[in-house]
Amino acid sequence: MENENYIIEMLNITKEFPGIVANDNITLRLRKGEIHALLGENGAGKSTLMSVLFGLYQPEKGEIRKNGKVVKINNPNDANDLGIGMVHQHFRLVEVFTVLENIILGVEPTKNGFLDMDEAREKVVDLSERYGLKVDPDAVIEDISVGMQQRVEILKMLYRDNEILIFDEPTAVLTPQEIAELLQIMRDLAKEGKSILFISHKLNEIMEVADRCTVLRKGKCMGTVEIKDTTKEELSRMMVGREVSLKVDKKESQPGEVVLSIRNMTVPSKIHRNNAVKDVSFDVRRGEIVCIAGIDGNGQTELVQALTGLEKMTSGSINLCGKDISKASIRERSVVGISHIPEDRQKYGLVLDYTLEENLVLQRYWQPQFQNKGFIKFDEVRKYALRLIDKFDIRSGQGPITVVRSMSGGNQQKAIIAREMDKDHELLVAVQPTRGLDVGAIEYIHRMLVEGRDSGKAVLLVSLELDEVLNVSDRILVMYEGEIVGELDPKETTDEELGLYMSGAKRDNVKEIYNAG
Amino acid sequence: MQDKNDMNSKTKEKKKINEIKGFSSFTSALMAIVIGLLFGFIVMLLANPNNAVAGFRYVLLGGLSRFGNVLYFATPILMTGLSVAFAFKMGLFNIGASGQYTMGMFFALYVAFMFNLPPSIHWIVAILAGMVGGMLWGFIPGIFKSLLNVNEVITSIMTNYIGMYLVDMLIRSNEVMYIPSMTRTNYIPQHVQIRSLGIAGSNVNFGVIFAILIAIVLYIILQKTTFGYELKATGYNKHAAEYAGMNGKRNIILTMVIAGALSGLGGAFAILAPSEIAGSSMTYEPINVIAVNGFNGIAVALLGNSHPIGTIFSALFISYIQRGGTLASLVGYKPEIIDLVISVIIYFSAFAAIMSSALGGFFTRRNKKEKDKSDTQPVEDIEHDIINKEAEK
Repeated sequence: MENENYIIEMLNITKEFPGIVANDNITLRLRKGEIHALLGENGAGKSTLMSVLFGLYQPEKGEIRKNGKVVKINNPNDANDLGIGMVHQHFRLVEVFTVLENIILGVEPTKNGFLDMDEAREKVVDLSERYGLKVDPDAVIEDISVGMQQRVEILKMLYRDNEILIFDEPTAVLTPQEIAELLQIMRDLAKEGKSILFISHKLNEIMEVADRCTVLRKGKCMGTVEIKDTTKEELSRMMVGREVSLKVDKKESQPGEVVLSIRNMTVPSKIHRNNAVKDVSFDVRRGEIVCIAGIDGNGQTELVQALTGLEKMTSGSINLCGKDISKASIRERSVVGISHIPEDRQKYGLVLDYTLEENLVLQRYWQPQFQNKGFIKFDEVRKYALRLIDKFDIRSGQGPITVVRSMSGGNQQKAIIAREMDKDHELLVAVQPTRGLDVGAIEYIHRMLVEGRDSGKAVLLVSLELDEVLNVSDRILVMYEGEIVGELDPKETTDEELGLYMSGAKRDNVKEIYNAG
Repeated sequence: MQDKNDMNSKTKEKKKINEIKGFSSFTSALMAIVIGLLFGFIVMLLANPNNAVAGFRYVLLGGLSRFGNVLYFATPILMTGLSVAFAFKMGLFNIGASGQYTMGMFFALYVAFMFNLPPSIHWIVAILAGMVGGMLWGFIPGIFKSLLNVNEVITSIMTNYIGMYLVDMLIRSNEVMYIPSMTRTNYIPQHVQIRSLGIAGSNVNFGVIFAILIAIVLYIILQKTTFGYELKATGYNKHAAEYAGMNGKRNIILTMVIAGALSGLGGAFAILAPSEIAGSSMTYEPINVIAVNGFNGIAVALLGNSHPIGTIFSALFISYIQRGGTLASLVGYKPEIIDLVISVIIYFSAFAAIMSSALGGFFTRRNKKEKDKSDTQPVEDIEHDIINKEAEK
């Protein structure tokens, strides 16, 4: 055991925060040249462990060894000196700089106090050829695709001669094709002798690329397994602690009459000069879940904001239950029958400093049930909150009077879902409702969406997760650069086909169907 | 069943936490005050070591002998403090309290001098006119903010100057109101002055009672009404307020108008106060200076944690210490020393959030050690535990 060739060993790491043990006696050993997956739900302690390795936190107990020698990592610079580099989930790039400028940022080569770009360029081109990381050194970051931005992040680590590469949830923002490419890059890097820590909760990717996998659950290490000796089911059991159904259980959909009908919607972008949503038309019927799939930033956000009234559209019409709501206010749309589970639950969905009960009436505090001549009926609010908490199983420290900020992400989302589903509505708009949630909560939310559908509501789901798109929806609309480029049946399509539409490689003329009808 | 028991014990727990929270925001304000006073004492020692103790005693205890005037001088800064605090609840920084205050003062003066009304209602109309003046001056930054999204801080700084110069100009050109030889306004007729509370040697009047009642009304509006609910929601998270369909534009204007009304009332209460010298009254000197009571209102609101009731106490405290500071001049200190102390207090009370969370953390940690561990178990863990238990079944 001892003479095995470990490049990094984190031995018996314990890290406590007030009230919680984030890492409890965790041991993680990374062999030289392997791809080692770190698997766990949100809040399992993955980020804490990596922050310890990066010198952002000091563990209470345990030690870190590199090549068998104990090292002390006090800050990220120490980590960098030891050859540890990380690709963060959200890239740390300067948008208006070129690829080359971003790569050398912080370690700029200089000659007599002036930047020496030629030497840097040579090294970057050399590295990108050696590892098959195609980038254009002179392209500006904001102009290049997310996949290429990620390659820039990887090149940043390689440029600094890092040998231990940490990938934090690297596939979340990529298309299936880009994911396949990334996994190949990781394999090549490992072959070249780099050691890779791959943080993920996507079992497919781990099974495909990793050599070994360490599973964390609630701050504890559940063990390290050889990937070739294990199965997806076993990993998910280790991660969650019980059997999980990876499939969504639902009946055939029974679409009824059209509830929502959008025609020729155009919405300007706040980020660039083009329109974010371009001449989009589609319908959603009672009793079906329509999913808008696409890579983040292709106009889904603006589409939903225009639909719910948060954003104005420049042209087009929205019709809900036979009423034209194109110019209606947010409140009017809500009254006509839109419920909205927003993309950013903390920014839009909740007033974090309000209590749970105050948040549960956020959409209805003005209704006669809850107010009389402008005075809020707090006893009614309490009664209502208790009913929702019970019905939707919202767990919190102090019940209705819990400040929402102190609740877990899953329960915050449950509170929003309770509020929006209990409100009278015909159309439920759910934008990335499972983002950042653990498997248990995801299961719950999918069940609620299907329940909403089965009770005769129309559901419009916007999702970036392919599994969710394929499992939950009854009909898929793919959005690419502000347009709907494909309408697919989830039972007939595949990951690959969906990926082609999402990356713009394939497109149908969907517009005609609706404009003719 | 077990869950219900759990819930009960949690509710008890919550009460304790809340007590700690309230307690610590009070203690942090107190700490800010202590640090500010210590700082003041050090400055006094440096300025004149021999009289420092005597001077400091005046600062601390001087207000006691002038309690009537403590109340009197607290009235305008309580009103401007409420004005700032109320706007702050909606996330607006009403730096324009000075202009609104001056406008309120002018409107009240105008009604007092230029209107011929029955004595029994003249003073009430004058007060209400002051309120209208303030409302008008609050409305301007409000409408700019809501319709054109112009930062209210910038517009209110401008309205401060515009208000002050406009009022000075109007007063100087008015022969009834202004006495050029004295560079001040004429004495206000007795019947327009607010009735004195009759504490000897002070100007204290019913204004302070009105101000405290207004603070309580504001507290009720903020805590009990849908308007207060919307206002605070907007202040905490304007995106969520918009998402919930609240009319942000209307609420911004309304909030600024109310804030202006409060400052305007402050101006009216200040100028319509009776004088302890018979036959005279409060006067306004149009000498192109922005009313300092408006800025003191910011200090009062900060120290009072923008809470209407807290604002009452902080206004009283600041007025109290100012009276003491004036007395310190008896042993040779300049009254500015008290402004210095107040600045330091405000500086440290701006740290209130940090201090109270540090203190709160300290207390919860101590409590945790004494308590059954399950009580403070993080919610997420509880959730996982319950899921696990269900799974085991």
